[in-house]
Amino acid sequence: MTYQEKKSIVSMVSVTIIFGSFCLYLYPQFPKDGLESLQTFRFWGSFVFSLIVVSMIANIIINIVFNIVYRITTGEKEPRFEDELDNIINLKATRNSFFVFILGFLLAMGSLIILQPSQLMFIILITSGFMSDVTGSVTRLYHYRKGV
Amino acid sequence: MGKNLVSNHIRKLRFDHDEMTQQQLADKVGVTRQTIVALEKGSYSPSLELAFRIARFFDLPLEEVFLYRDNVEE
Repeated sequence: MTYQEKKSIVSMVSVTIIFGSFCLYLYPQFPKDGLESLQTFRFWGSFVFSLIVVSMIANIIINIVFNIVYRITTGEKEPRFEDELDNIINLKATRNSFFVFILGFLLAMGSLIILQPSQLMFIILITSGFMSDVTGSVTRLYHYRKGV
Repeated sequence: MGKNLVSNHIRKLRFDHDEMTQQQLADKVGVTRQTIVALEKGSYSPSLELAFRIARFFDLPLEEVFLYRDNVEE
């Protein structure tokens, strides 16, 4: 298995673990009062903001650790640049990832049209963000293994 | 995913060049080892630029390194 394949798997697993543990951590803080209260919007705003910050920091740390472990276990250095194959695969991953997020965004807006609580819109938006990230990693892994 | 119609002799040429490793060839033509792996597996058709760089490295014409599937079947 090459560096890029391993990196895609690590990325997929880390995104799932970070998102899962973050949701479990914030679940007890979920506001119990009125569904449309100001407190509820504040909760979702801080949820999205802190999820982005935590994900970025965790991804940087995981990448550093992964590169160190890769160097130790294989004795090889990680590639320092992206070539034409990487660019094509990244484009395909971004396209699929974007498609999933847009689908989630439309679903979220649709939920408001059919008068669902705003909570549901936030849940769909955040879930589609997570799904789009996973889709990007799965696409990368697929194309690195099967070709383009 | 479309069927890849371009095949190549890169693996054989590497071995004829003092059993050169995939990493060594990748460094010479400016790509990652992953790309050489994909080319040898036939799961990726290189850009014209990369194809020329590989052919020039082996000091061969393009047609002796890469083959279009139609020509092979003929």
